[in-house]
Amino acid sequence: MTRRGILSFGAYVPRRRLDRRAIAAAHAWANPNLKALARGTRAICGQDEDSLTMAVAAGAQALAALDMPAVAALSVASTTMPFADRQNATLIGEALALPDTLATADLGGSLRAGVAALRAAFERPQTSLVVAADKRHTRPASAQEMRVGDAAAALVVGEGEVLAEFVAGHALSVDFVDHYRASDADFDYALEERWARDMGALRILPRAIEATLTRAGVAGAAVARVVMAGFPRREAEAIAAKCGLAAAAIVDDLIEPCGDSGCAHPLLLLTLALQSAAPGDLILVVGYGQGAETLLLRATDAIGRAGAMVGAAQMLADGTTDDNYLRFLSFSGALALDWGMRAERDNRTAQSAFFRHRQTVTGFVGGRCTACDTAQFPRTRVCVNPDCRQTDTQVAEPFADKAATVKSITEDWLALSYSPPLMYGNVRFAGGGVTMLEFSDFAPGALAVDTPLALAFRLKDVDARRGFRRYCWKAVPPRRLSA
Amino acid sequence: MATGIKDKVVILGMGCSRFGERWECSAEDLMLEAFSEALTDAGIPRDRIEAAWFGLSTDEQSLSKSALSLASALRLPNIAATRVENMCATGTEALRGAVYGVASGAYDIALALGVEKLKDTGYGGLPERTKGTFEDLWFPSVTAPGSFAQFASAYVARHGVALDDLKAAMAHVSKKSHDNGALNPKAHLRNRLTHEQILKAPMIAHPLGLYDCCGVSDGSACAIVTTPEMARQLGRSGTLVSVKAMQLALSNGSEAGFDSWDGSYAHTTRIASRRAYQEAGIVDPRAELDLIEVHDCFSITELVTMEDLGLADVGQGWRAVLDGRFDRDGAMPCNVDGGLKCFGHPIGATGLRMVYELYLQLLGRAGERQLAAPKLGLTHNLGGFPNKNVCSVSVIGTL
Repeated sequence: MTRRGILSFGAYVPRRRLDRRAIAAAHAWANPNLKALARGTRAICGQDEDSLTMAVAAGAQALAALDMPAVAALSVASTTMPFADRQNATLIGEALALPDTLATADLGGSLRAGVAALRAAFERPQTSLVVAADKRHTRPASAQEMRVGDAAAALVVGEGEVLAEFVAGHALSVDFVDHYRASDADFDYALEERWARDMGALRILPRAIEATLTRAGVAGAAVARVVMAGFPRREAEAIAAKCGLAAAAIVDDLIEPCGDSGCAHPLLLLTLALQSAAPGDLILVVGYGQGAETLLLRATDAIGRAGAMVGAAQMLADGTTDDNYLRFLSFSGALALDWGMRAERDNRTAQSAFFRHRQTVTGFVGGRCTACDTAQFPRTRVCVNPDCRQTDTQVAEPFADKAATVKSITEDWLALSYSPPLMYGNVRFAGGGVTMLEFSDFAPGALAVDTPLALAFRLKDVDARRGFRRYCWKAVPPRRLSA
Repeated sequence: MATGIKDKVVILGMGCSRFGERWECSAEDLMLEAFSEALTDAGIPRDRIEAAWFGLSTDEQSLSKSALSLASALRLPNIAATRVENMCATGTEALRGAVYGVASGAYDIALALGVEKLKDTGYGGLPERTKGTFEDLWFPSVTAPGSFAQFASAYVARHGVALDDLKAAMAHVSKKSHDNGALNPKAHLRNRLTHEQILKAPMIAHPLGLYDCCGVSDGSACAIVTTPEMARQLGRSGTLVSVKAMQLALSNGSEAGFDSWDGSYAHTTRIASRRAYQEAGIVDPRAELDLIEVHDCFSITELVTMEDLGLADVGQGWRAVLDGRFDRDGAMPCNVDGGLKCFGHPIGATGLRMVYELYLQLLGRAGERQLAAPKLGLTHNLGGFPNKNVCSVSVIGTL
């Protein structure tokens, strides 16, 4: 019998981790009680990252873990994608250079959308990439500001040599409003935690979990890993106890090093569970919000391959701690600094030009000349090689996965950047090709000629006047992702 | 068989406005300032001018498109007038148009005028501008200093020069320009600086500090050109200043997209200068040229340009600079008027301003900064970025 399950996974956690003590210290005058929550760090997006760029990064990791993934569907779950009516999944698919025959869908509306997207992928026949990402804005000095973090996770679901097979799933829909965010609001409105726990989580989740276990015909005690995101440890244990699940089976919630990444968080924790599971282990995944989504998976004999994939653990091991709270506010848009007149430039997008060039801009696909074998970016009709100059001899050449090095570099304090200085320079690609790119995520002084680079899909700029965002590929430090 | 431009056209008159932050002046005022001087110098009525070429780079900042603003500001007698734009080579391109117009025989007397009114942006540095509908989608939001600063990182990597040594040579370039500018009453910046002041300046684009960057200036420069025969007919006796070569080379994308260029030099300068030497009949530029006016938009640009023009050995330009070869009293005086650095850089006027200095020097009219009897000089413009640019090299000498 062909088993349907998880073929691979990927994760993305921004490099920058804000020390929660910096948040608490900034607000000590107004809310000294925040100090009690000031443990660990929260992952925060750079000035050029958002849910969409994180989704691309996680999706790329999940795809890279497979040899030739013939992905036919892409679902993107988030409550914070940048576009309400321009399908984010389509843009993410093009950034991942997936074919335009892809079936795509955006899911959102609740923090359980990530698990819901995964369950839907198990229940349809195609090989599917499921990505979840959230970058939630939090009101300064709120408990949410201390708890939330930015991250993304992705899984490829299909048939074949799966790491874990799908056993059973269940859904409940209950309009229980422990928090909400109106369509036009920046921040969540959160209700009292005791009510949310006693009348919400402790009643809704056991129903969904028990229904799943019953459907699968297994006892709670038989579950080896429980993924439950969004609850304090004690609350998670209380839910587990109600269902006969072992407290020891509850997977670390990663609040301390990362923060709660919303829709992405159960999927991010699932990467931890997969990397620690043994063949035959049952893994329960819970999504919560206006009801619940539950999934039961069973690790297969192929689970050992999970160790070589990029999950939350690998991403969290590679980061830098930041204690600059004001910079975080600026990065997140909560604090408008004076960026000078250069920030006033109109950056309206010529959409017809963007459409023509989107394989270059969004997919970072260049050309390779079939006459002289020169790789080049951007692709043009006449070959760039002075000794060739053949016309219309190029085929598509993906550049996003190439290794690269710095050819020349400057740190520009005059140019507009929301994380000064703007760093850019000529980049040399392994296997040929050179182009000028912006460098992101590097500290001043970190770059020199021949420094190794990786490529990342990032925000180019925001057209605040028209509500548009442009994305492009930049050069970033290669992540240190040893398992 | 093309015979080149050598000695087919001479300069009848030139003018140049004072460069600087000319808050009180419009672009039209600056044009008139340069033109009036040139017309007086040429000793002809304006009706003798038969055609005009007008250099203006950032039209969106000042005067809009076409040469209508020139024709109106100078009340030209309904003659042919054409606006040219080729980045920082714009002023030289205006001159090339006028020179070729006369050399073709179509006109006896033609005007080249360049102008730029940059100081109406409200902020420092060059005006922000679009790079086109495609590059705006993905290309870094580079500035001019950030683009040219990359010469330095590539130069250090290519030649193994310590950055501190290179910075010292760059500071020498800037100090020399300030010393020269101090002697020039039309220069934007006339203050002298110490080596230490230059090295301690605020960073603009690493490793370029404030004093590694040229002035952003308002200004205009102008030339009236004719044939040698017409110049004599008009009563010009004695030395004439003649065009010996005018060459232009543009990048074709190879530096930006093909890895045969290491980033430490300007490919186009090497091509344009070799062509110019050939057109002018120069065999040994180090021995034959008496002075040069080069595009020192940034100190590092001047330094690598010395190598690209063949006036210093490749990889040794920084040593030649530190040895004083390009100082006023050196073997090859460079930018004795202060250069872009201190005379200023109103983009559309710059190429003509360089020729203006050569014209004065060759005629012995350079006042306090006059060199001893120069006969042959060179001008050089580099517009755009090191990896994609427009380069003009002209040779001007006595006839």
